[in-house]
Amino acid sequence: MTLLIGAATIGLILALLALGVYLSFRIFNFPDITADGSVTLGAAVASILLVHQWSPLEATLAGFLAGVIAGTLTGVLHTKFKINGLLSGILVMTALYSVNLHVMGKSNIPLLNETTFADQAESFGSAFLGGDKSEFLLAGWTVGVRDASMLAGVFLVVLAVGLVLYLFFRTNLGTSMRATGDNPQMICALGVSVDFIIILGLALSNGLIALSGALLAQYQGFADVQMGIGMVVWGLASVIIGEALVGSKKIGLLITGAVMGSVLFRLLVAIALRWGLNPNDLKLITALFVFAALVTPALLRKLRPAVKPSAT
Amino acid sequence: MLELQNLVKTFNPGTPNEVRALRGVTLTLERGSFLIIIGTNGSGKSTLLNAVAGTFLVDSGGITLANQNITKLPEHRRARLIGRVFQNPFSGTAPSMTIAENLALAARRGQPRGLGWALNPKLRQQIRDRIRSLNMGLEDRIDNAIGSLSGGQRQALTLLMASWLKPDLLLLDEHTAALDPKSADQVIRLTHEIIQRDHLTTLMVTHSMQQAVHLGDRIIMMHRGQVLHDLQGAERARVRPEDLLNRFEAVRRREQLDAGVAEMLQSNYI
Repeated sequence: MTLLIGAATIGLILALLALGVYLSFRIFNFPDITADGSVTLGAAVASILLVHQWSPLEATLAGFLAGVIAGTLTGVLHTKFKINGLLSGILVMTALYSVNLHVMGKSNIPLLNETTFADQAESFGSAFLGGDKSEFLLAGWTVGVRDASMLAGVFLVVLAVGLVLYLFFRTNLGTSMRATGDNPQMICALGVSVDFIIILGLALSNGLIALSGALLAQYQGFADVQMGIGMVVWGLASVIIGEALVGSKKIGLLITGAVMGSVLFRLLVAIALRWGLNPNDLKLITALFVFAALVTPALLRKLRPAVKPSAT
Repeated sequence: MLELQNLVKTFNPGTPNEVRALRGVTLTLERGSFLIIIGTNGSGKSTLLNAVAGTFLVDSGGITLANQNITKLPEHRRARLIGRVFQNPFSGTAPSMTIAENLALAARRGQPRGLGWALNPKLRQQIRDRIRSLNMGLEDRIDNAIGSLSGGQRQALTLLMASWLKPDLLLLDEHTAALDPKSADQVIRLTHEIIQRDHLTTLMVTHSMQQAVHLGDRIIMMHRGQVLHDLQGAERARVRPEDLLNRFEAVRRREQLDAGVAEMLQSNYI
């Protein structure tokens, strides 16, 4: 049970990453590799501020803002300096590695003695359960109060972020953003600066990804300069699973799907590890999975006779 | 209303691919006039439209629209004054978004976009009413993705979007060339209706001599980046499709002559 709760918690934290990746990869069709750096950046900024006795809320928000700045940089490199999108991301990601080391001052910051989001969730949780028990019974299972509270806390954060994102995509600015990814020529002819929208979108995307990193560090109790490696592929895997789960193009369902995909993917990984999968193979298998998910639809189309959409 | 002063544009200057697309185009258009642009392939008619729209900045010359000098304005800032319909029916709409969302985007053409709701019941009702006037049966499908519609339907909607806020200038770039004849007729009829109703100043590029003769109140024929003929007033009223074709034929003969002369010079002197 503890294993399941742990997997679900990390899955939900990484759902924020998945939402960020969804924004750049799917809304803009922009392969933004900055994510690998901004996960760590969010974790680094939040951790160092926690060490300096900032409140978890402020530290987490600062992590989010750091991601916003990183995304803005990638966007500016791409739009104003006309650097290829993939390369802009790689440049910022590489630079962030040094920045992260400077922010942290060393390659790893433990947070065991600081008050983190997890501690706050725990104190709320035990107050809610009205006692100082460290575990309780849920449907016959013994559940740690700390684990359950953290899960509930992260769930609320993801719910709020998902809702805000969904509502944002229905505003004038949000619909312009979707249209920019869909048809830049059209939205430009309607008076929207495509450059500005891409910068804004990447800022938002990396903000979410850094937020994910900030929460992840507080959950696992440390920030590490290596923790971002392969995170883009991880997020992409979640988004792809989510799309398969909901099977719809509706924006609300896709947001829900990305969250569900992230949790499901994390659960699958937890089970696979339990069954004896070598943790060293995890990134290889994730990459293979994304590869398979990317080529399968095209293969299926080739095998099946083409069905023409009915023109009316 | 629209004033083009000696527009010059060369693509890929100084390379073997150099194309002198516009070689000094000067044109004045009155408010409410409907100008048809014809010309051979590569004559610069689409380039002229794109120069006005701001797809690129011209090398020299000036563009004034509605008493504003827009020569240096980037494309998205000209959009406040200009409505456009492209040749490709897929270019004017965002396929994965709904009909209503696409029109809502067009309803704020050139205006700042903040965090207000893109759609509200009042706007939805307006959208439904205007779409009903197309007589395409789309008014009950405004929440369907626009990508599921046919080229003709999408082009009709693009036209509706371009004219939603009456633009100071409407640019139509061979907007029926990619459609089947029936859809093309429908879109042309709609074009005529909208331009008549709102008295829109219009620039339209076309390959169809029929359209050139039946629509519009002035025809210019472009050749090699310049205005070759400018038919207006009584001359425009008399013109028939055959006359236009004859003028194309004359251009073609002269081209061949030019090519022949060039060859002779080359064999004699090189």
